[in-house]
Amino acid sequence: MPTAAAHITPIEARKRLWRTVLLMGVIVVMAGPVLYYISYRIEASRIAAEVKEKDPDRDPNLPLPDPEVSPTPMRWVIGAGSVIMVIGALGLATVAGIILMLRRSLRQHALSTLITVVSVGLATGLLMSVFSIRKQTHDAFTSGATGFDAVLGARGSSLQLILSSVFHLETSPGNMPWSAYVAIKADPRVKLAIPFATGDNYKGFRIVGTDLAFFREYSFGKDRKLKMVDGTAAAAFFNEDGTLKTTLADHAGHRIPRSPMAQEAVLGSIAARQAGLRHGDKFNTYHGLTYIETEKHSTEFTVVGVLEPTNTPIDRVIWIPIEGYFHMAGHEPVDKTGRKIAIDWTDPASDDYRQVSAVMLRFIRPSMGQSLEMQINRQGTVYTLAWPIGKIMAELFDKIGWANLVLAFVAYLVAIVAGAGIMASIYNTMNERRREFAILRALGASRGTVFAAIVSESMAIAALGVALGFVIYGALVAYAAVEIRNRAGVVLDVTAYHDALLFAPLGMIGLGALAGLVPAYKAYSTDVATNLVPAS
Amino acid sequence: MPVLQIKNLLKSFATPDGKSHRVIDVPSFELAAGQHIGLRGESGSGKTTLLNLIAGILTPDAGSIRVDGVDIATLKESGRDRARAANIGYIFQTFNLLHGYTALENVELAMRFGNGVDHARAAALLQRVGLADRMKYRPAQLSTGQQQRVAVARALANKPKLVLADEPTGNLDFRRASEALALIREVCGECGAALMLVSHDREILSAFETVRDISDINRLAQESVSN
Repeated sequence: MPTAAAHITPIEARKRLWRTVLLMGVIVVMAGPVLYYISYRIEASRIAAEVKEKDPDRDPNLPLPDPEVSPTPMRWVIGAGSVIMVIGALGLATVAGIILMLRRSLRQHALSTLITVVSVGLATGLLMSVFSIRKQTHDAFTSGATGFDAVLGARGSSLQLILSSVFHLETSPGNMPWSAYVAIKADPRVKLAIPFATGDNYKGFRIVGTDLAFFREYSFGKDRKLKMVDGTAAAAFFNEDGTLKTTLADHAGHRIPRSPMAQEAVLGSIAARQAGLRHGDKFNTYHGLTYIETEKHSTEFTVVGVLEPTNTPIDRVIWIPIEGYFHMAGHEPVDKTGRKIAIDWTDPASDDYRQVSAVMLRFIRPSMGQSLEMQINRQGTVYTLAWPIGKIMAELFDKIGWANLVLAFVAYLVAIVAGAGIMASIYNTMNERRREFAILRALGASRGTVFAAIVSESMAIAALGVALGFVIYGALVAYAAVEIRNRAGVVLDVTAYHDALLFAPLGMIGLGALAGLVPAYKAYSTDVATNLVPAS
Repeated sequence: MPVLQIKNLLKSFATPDGKSHRVIDVPSFELAAGQHIGLRGESGSGKTTLLNLIAGILTPDAGSIRVDGVDIATLKESGRDRARAANIGYIFQTFNLLHGYTALENVELAMRFGNGVDHARAAALLQRVGLADRMKYRPAQLSTGQQQRVAVARALANKPKLVLADEPTGNLDFRRASEALALIREVCGECGAALMLVSHDREILSAFETVRDISDINRLAQESVSN
């Protein structure tokens, strides 16, 4: 006589196979964090042994350096496990007829499904964007890819100094005499010192006077030099043999006298595009950092070149020779009575009338900033050395961290509302579907199959929303990237990986599964006989 | 070996006032493999309850129900679901087709819960019941008679040993009911399935060689009706 245990249909055997695949996926996913933890412990033990070997007398109560274990292998393991899980779940769902039920249900309730998918998409896109853009912005402003180690400026806020001179976003804390630039440039710890003089704009793009070192020696990112759109580096300022073409003078030695050619400008790519200036165009400068038409200077500058995009704040600046800045109409030195003073700019004594807003510095070794910072900030009272730039910017992000928390809170709320939306949209169909569940049960579908069908439906809505969420995320990040680049010259790495890109979608699908539990239970507990046919 | 063996089957329901009301008491009943039987009974005589017990949709209070040798009364719910899907075809009075699905999908879905999808067999069954050109139609796009034929095809999808039919012609006029009954019997005969068809219509049941009154099987049938 056949027994229940022996009564395994071919379809049941296939279900068992897919269940095994699903279980394997779960095990692999769980193995990821376990492997990471084991690697972490091994690395911690290795560090402890290494420290002990180097310094046997070290106080054992002192904290050890944190082990650095790459999370990438863990992510790959979790990713592989997730793929196996998805294959197992899809196989199981297909065999059990859940995919067919799912398709039909989504089609039958297309409108409510669409609305829910959009809300989940918005929630997922928002979650990923909030965390990813925050990280990308943080990295862009603090990575130190600006090419400078420190900034010397007038006594004031380090942050203001950095924002005004590195990111060209703020007003300068004040000016310093030329002698400050000469002194810091001569400091043996300083490898590169570039003077910046600011205070004027054209159509809101700030005009910065600088010297040749900026074009000749300055590099940013991975040793990238400034290049002109037409090819050669700083072609507007140099002859092919490397000699100066114009009067963008090296004023430390006053080797080159001023000439009318000092009224020329090289434009950052964004400034050129948005201000509508091209090679050969002439423009007048305007006093201040805000564009006010009545503040026009009479001095006219000629565009002699446009820089290739650097994806740094440099792109938003109009660069002129620092001598051109000093000689600009309206910048003439005045005496106490307000009368203009006639200056012989070729006379070394004229340095007394030259001022700089900031001196951009690169040290022989970045760590040398520490002693200089001590000397200038703690022992001195006249100037400020903003060092290290990345750390000071990171402190800014720490200060505005509450704003990110609020944004994240809003994103979480939207996600919860979207999850509730999934539950409501499915739950509302439960009454009309009781008979359907009863028929499915009568055909042989188990309670588990009906339960899984509803949870799958809920997860499928969430998954569709997640797919839409990636589109919304892409659009939001692209928009943010364009806006931030236009406003700050800083470029976000829109392709950068952030854990939110993994956890937000998984979280939303998990939330979808949770949201499906209540309606799924209702489907699970549907009484077949009552809902199938009227009792005789 | 009989395809269906019932012994000492008891079933009660709770009444709204909390009392227990027994509606089924079947001391013994057997149905041979391939046998067709007509079961006559009035409304409220426990016909549907008996079929639901045999199908494993309801669980008995006592007794055994062996379908193809397996006592489904002792199985857990999931086991009963599997046994029902694999061995029992059920034709309902109201057909109970799934309205979001095509005729073909209705048949194939039953196969998924049973012995696995056999697309060719599903199509052949629909062809056999005269719906070769209506496979992609949804129930709402089919006539009542066509819907019933889909229900017949679906009941036979998993090559069941036993087909239960609960007033399958109740919604049809006499001519169509007779045609439908003939079709059910023909197809069950071709598949070698035993058929247990319950109806209150004596004329319909006259087509069966074996017709029994429900009260001959269920000792409480008369009482149930009078109650």
